[in-house]
Amino acid sequence: MRPERTGSQPVRSEQDVVLARQVARKLAVECGLRLVDQTKLVTAASELARNTVIYGGGGDMDWEVVEEGSRKGLRLVFRDEGPGIADVKLAMTDGWTSGNGLGLGLTGTRRLVDEFSLESAPGVGTRVTICKWN
Amino acid sequence: MSTLSQRTIDAIRSNESQLLASWSVNLEASGASRDTRIGHSEFEGQTREFLRLLVAGSATGDTGSVASNEWSETRAFLEKLSRSRALQGFDSAHTAHFIFSLKRPLFDLLQKEYATDPAELANQLWAISEMLDTLGMHTIRTFQKSREEVIARQQEELLELSTPVVKLWDGVLALPMIGTLDSQRTQVVMESLLQRIVDTGSEIAIIDITGVPTVDTLVAQHLLKTVTAIRLMGADAIISGVRPQIAQTIVHLGLDLQGIVTKANLADALALALKRSGYQVGKAS
Repeated sequence: MRPERTGSQPVRSEQDVVLARQVARKLAVECGLRLVDQTKLVTAASELARNTVIYGGGGDMDWEVVEEGSRKGLRLVFRDEGPGIADVKLAMTDGWTSGNGLGLGLTGTRRLVDEFSLESAPGVGTRVTICKWN
Repeated sequence: MSTLSQRTIDAIRSNESQLLASWSVNLEASGASRDTRIGHSEFEGQTREFLRLLVAGSATGDTGSVASNEWSETRAFLEKLSRSRALQGFDSAHTAHFIFSLKRPLFDLLQKEYATDPAELANQLWAISEMLDTLGMHTIRTFQKSREEVIARQQEELLELSTPVVKLWDGVLALPMIGTLDSQRTQVVMESLLQRIVDTGSEIAIIDITGVPTVDTLVAQHLLKTVTAIRLMGADAIISGVRPQIAQTIVHLGLDLQGIVTKANLADALALALKRSGYQVGKAS
């Protein structure tokens, strides 16, 4: 698996969420993802970008077009230096939210993508990595 | 603190027509005055007016501080100029060039005037340069501000434009949503829809999300709130425009839209709305 192209995108405001979504869509099309997978990835990116802005106090989205054999995929990393998640297990429960959303963003995102990993430490920040293959 | 000496001001005054002529040549060389968006006589009037204000301002004021009272008339003129330039669609470089292209003619004039006094020449050149630079900066600032005003106004207009509530039939309203559904827009949408329901006494409202590219949890939450509000007002809501990829995404996200009537397209939603209202649609034989 070698990274083909990488880049970064600031995610600091509501407008940036829209931009992050557009970047994700463009890259998903380039990776040859089908329409359903494009939509799933863009939706996942939208959830995580919004989490970064609302709960993480702003951060960045790193993207990477990855290749493995004949497969191509898109990996997105959302990182922030916000308060972090105290109880990751609780955060990954359907319907639980520390804010006033539906509490489905993180768990829903995990179901939308092929690979999902969440690293978080209170006071240090949060880092969510997702990957979708074609 | 530097000011223009009386001698400089007199020199500018007595050579006004010559200055204007070479300034126009400079502007023309850059293509600024040939633009069809500004008439020739308008352009000439602007250059003449600016030079007059420049002389008037520098006769009383300090060249380094255009923020002072003596320059208020000049500032007002430049603000008007850059505002009109912004509205006509020029870029900021063009607007700034209007002022900076006056440097050359003024420098030439001073060089001739102070040919025998290099110390005073440097002094006066500095004063003029400082004055034109600050005026130029002021123009760019104003230009940017008026551009930002234009953008802000367009955003407002877009917000209004993007939320038309359409009456499809007696008692049936439709709301075609387009683009990003953030909290602010949903608020505007909800308000205008609920108001129209009251105004028209409609029983069914169709929210069409064909033009919404991404339905994530926040959009879903906004939709759910809107539907709940519609129900509280005694009307029924139908969500239409749920495309296959959106449907699959909603399933994976785990969103619960049970209890909400959804349709794949607006036509199906209208057919259902008509049926519920007791209408029968058929071909006239």
